[in-house]
Amino acid sequence: MALLEVRDLGISFGGLRAVDEVNMKIEKGALVGLIGPNGAGKTTVFNMLTGVYRPTDGGIRLDGENVVGKKPFEINKMGIARTFQNIRLFGKLSVLDNVKLGFHNDVTYALPESLIHFGSYRKKEKLMTEKAMEILKVFDLDGQWNYKASNLPYGKQRKLEIARALATEPKLLLLDEPAAGMNPNETAELMQTIELVRKQFDVTILLIEHDMKLVSGICEYLYVLNFGRLLAEGTPSAVLSNPEVITAYLGD
Amino acid sequence: MNKIKNLWATRRDSVIAFGIVIAAYIVVQIMSMTGNISYSLKGMLVPICAYVVMAVSLNLTVGVLGELSLGHAGFMSVGAFTGIVVTTVLTDAVPSDGLRLAIAMVVAAAAAAVVGVIVGVPVLRLSGDYLAIVTLAACEIIKSIVNVLYIGMDSKGLHLSIVKQSFTLEEGGKMIINGPIGVSGINKISTFTAGFVLILITLFVILNLINSRHGRAIMAVRDNKIAADSIGISTTRYKLLAFVISAAFAGMAGTLYAMNYSTVTAAKFDFNLSILVLVFVVLGGLGNIWGSVIAAALLTVLPELLRKLNFNDYRMLIYAILLIALMLFNNSKLKQMLLERRGSKKAAKTEGEVA
Repeated sequence: MALLEVRDLGISFGGLRAVDEVNMKIEKGALVGLIGPNGAGKTTVFNMLTGVYRPTDGGIRLDGENVVGKKPFEINKMGIARTFQNIRLFGKLSVLDNVKLGFHNDVTYALPESLIHFGSYRKKEKLMTEKAMEILKVFDLDGQWNYKASNLPYGKQRKLEIARALATEPKLLLLDEPAAGMNPNETAELMQTIELVRKQFDVTILLIEHDMKLVSGICEYLYVLNFGRLLAEGTPSAVLSNPEVITAYLGD
Repeated sequence: MNKIKNLWATRRDSVIAFGIVIAAYIVVQIMSMTGNISYSLKGMLVPICAYVVMAVSLNLTVGVLGELSLGHAGFMSVGAFTGIVVTTVLTDAVPSDGLRLAIAMVVAAAAAAVVGVIVGVPVLRLSGDYLAIVTLAACEIIKSIVNVLYIGMDSKGLHLSIVKQSFTLEEGGKMIINGPIGVSGINKISTFTAGFVLILITLFVILNLINSRHGRAIMAVRDNKIAADSIGISTTRYKLLAFVISAAFAGMAGTLYAMNYSTVTAAKFDFNLSILVLVFVVLGGLGNIWGSVIAAALLTVLPELLRKLNFNDYRMLIYAILLIALMLFNNSKLKQMLLERRGSKKAAKTEGEVA
């Protein structure tokens, strides 16, 4: 059974059919890309996978479990974590606290323990800090653990978002344009990090990307979206030489 | 010893701040005993404590959760009248004033928390300006209900009616809340020490909350709701949690406040009071708990000090100008610079402590 199964997914906003009849199957451990021109509906697909939008048609199953109709925080508990195209960090909190928040549902203690700091408070907080620092090390952010998240440079903010998503220990990680706004050096570095993350955290990754180099460099399989519909799918070399895909990207 | 050292390293600022509060209490207590405090100022000590608790608890909603509430006085009102009823009922059963006040505060906190849930569930679906306006309305509704509430007690127990008094009390019975006339003949059992203890408890609990997984979740909701949702945090749940805890402390402050006067009416807990507390919070700094403490204490004492310094004719004018000046300072580059200098010093000091 595939980890993620998307069947005939569609959504309408009023009269606008933003996404229509999208089918996807992502096997466990895969690194898959979702590409397409601007406005093709890629982020809308992400928003449906994470419960931000409720699809009008079709079904989404994670590990055989239905996802449609669940609230975003419930879907995260089921095992889907994401990053955002326009970075959404907890800006006033420290880098460390951002990642510790990822463990919110994993390392828990009760409200009275929070109010009076007794019982397992100290132990659990220490455990959370240790786990968070481990993840920060992977992203080379451990030196800046006490920075305010909003004070990090842009590239590091993107990394911190991935770190926070990973802290929720997802089965499926959705990355929405992780290389947006990065220079070629940063992009190359990010590619390595994503590869590393997949191996080290044993996570399946679906990423949206414009950067063709990034996509063909690391993805094993690609879905191409155009005007809300799947235009093509297959291995990167097959998809990127597909004349329809080239037309969609560059025009006739 | 090691434990104390650890506490010192991680909580140095808090330990110092708690020390200052305790020192302030001791100084005021000594001055009061040696007769160095004017009569009017002495009468303000308990209200100051109540305002500090109000400001700190409102800061949880406005600063930590990031939702503007204009109805904090409503929860104070619930706590005040609950406290009055409880202390009256327990007059004979619990002879110790301090214990009776403590029990009353606990019940008042519970009552205010329940009202907090009732108000919070519908209100917290909104955010921003809309939420602010609805909390304002909720406060007015609470005021209007308490305004037509009649509660009396006799040997048969408590009698309650709304809109008009539909019960008659036996001989020897006592009217506790008498509609718009409010409550009179309160046995003033609030003391400065009780207020001080309440401040310490409030600070302890709310600062602990902020440094916990629940507090972090509340701040995550403030900083980015969509992101909080995306990492498995139920935004509704944590919004409600912050709102209800904030209401509970306002309830305790209400009891403390009410038990300091011989008469209390519902009209006392109105929009103006909500705004006054909000001014403390904003001037002290959103999310800055210690700032709230200082702002609430100073701004309550200030008009009185100005009177003493013979500025009697101009004191409210000076008060207003000071408020404006403080607001300007709070938003200025100067403050930003000062904070950054302090921040970078602190960062340099703490580096390596966790790693």
